[in-house]
Amino acid sequence: MDRVVNDEKPRVILGEHKITQNLPSQPTVLDEKWSLRSFKKKFRVVMVRYDENELEFDLIGIHPFLANAFRRLMLSDVPTMAIEKVHILNNTSIIQDEVLAHRLGLIPLKADPRLFEMKADPAAEGTEQDTLEFTLKIKCTNNKDSSKDSLRVEDMYKNNNVYSKHIKWVPIGKQKERLSDVGPIHPDILIAKMRPGHELDLKLIAVKSVGRDHAKFSPVATAFYRLLPDIKLLREVEGEAAERLQKCFSPGVISIRHEKGRQYAVVNDARYDTGSRNVFRYEDLKDAVAMTKIQDHFIFTVESVGALRPDVIFTESVKILKDKCLSLLDELSHV
Amino acid sequence: MPITQLLGTKDTNDSCRTFIFQGEGHTLGNALRCVISGYPDVEFCAYTVPHPMEHSMHFRIQMKKGRAVDALKRGLEDLVAVSDHILDEFSREKQAFDGRQELST
Repeated sequence: MDRVVNDEKPRVILGEHKITQNLPSQPTVLDEKWSLRSFKKKFRVVMVRYDENELEFDLIGIHPFLANAFRRLMLSDVPTMAIEKVHILNNTSIIQDEVLAHRLGLIPLKADPRLFEMKADPAAEGTEQDTLEFTLKIKCTNNKDSSKDSLRVEDMYKNNNVYSKHIKWVPIGKQKERLSDVGPIHPDILIAKMRPGHELDLKLIAVKSVGRDHAKFSPVATAFYRLLPDIKLLREVEGEAAERLQKCFSPGVISIRHEKGRQYAVVNDARYDTGSRNVFRYEDLKDAVAMTKIQDHFIFTVESVGALRPDVIFTESVKILKDKCLSLLDELSHV
Repeated sequence: MPITQLLGTKDTNDSCRTFIFQGEGHTLGNALRCVISGYPDVEFCAYTVPHPMEHSMHFRIQMKKGRAVDALKRGLEDLVAVSDHILDEFSREKQAFDGRQELST
């Protein structure tokens, strides 16, 4: 055991009944003295996966306090635009005004928040720098073109479902030249259901704010980090036991190698292991593996709602931390 | 005004201070605490958010020698340097990643 996990990496070892460090004599990452110099020496970034709205990247050689600060900043301090006020000119549908207003507020908007300013006074009239305006004017009617015998609602009525695509952007001032492609990110969010005679006539006002104010302003669906798992086999596991071992972990973590008519287990890739403790159910397998986590290797997953790209959300969060410190330094220099 | 200083009792001097940050919370508090605790001249450093409904953070620094304000300034400067370093590394890795993606497609 010692030989396998006692490398230079700070590991936490997940045992059956206790959690131990691999380097017990040294300070752990949590209580080690932090210094800028050693941080700059150790710190590395590795990008792993980038889909349209999802980014996975590793921050290596970083302390938990920094990782957590960026996670918190991404969730509640990176601003976006969201509908904040709804002027209800007419609402004869069955959904109540306040419920409708709340639903509209939660619709993610496609608009780069960096092009806007925070509204200083919430009661003031919106300007083109701090406000986006939309209208939602829709009326449900009987569909006269449809054949009489159809009983499907979509044939009988027109506009019986109100979707986010019905929201129309009304540019204020020069916004039309300055911005392009503003509106709901998803066209198919169901807002209300109506029947003939029901009508909506709304004016929607979107402003810029942060997730701390209301979750609808958060730029991420979720942003989280976890430690890199690392699994080591301490002895050879072969035959039927190898298959059992494979089933104890997430798919792809353990693979089985066939050689000269016998089969044995090898660790393929422990990165996506969930840390399940299933091995400890088997008396004969529990001493064969060391489940560890690397304590200064953080895997960040940032899932964007769509207004900002996930890499931009992270860089914005770092910039926000920097700006906070700079403005406080400025303040201190005047004291 | 985001930073105010809590008045010290008569036997304290510049080396012990409690700073009150208006509009800040655990996000900055814990990061700053961890940075400042690492300095050799700092005897004690801690923060608290007195009430979860109020957005303010109390930050206490006690020095072995030197002024508490200077440790606070140094802490903030270090956090700025960290942010710059992370931004640099991140944008470099993003470019390298985009290069790798282009090669593979």
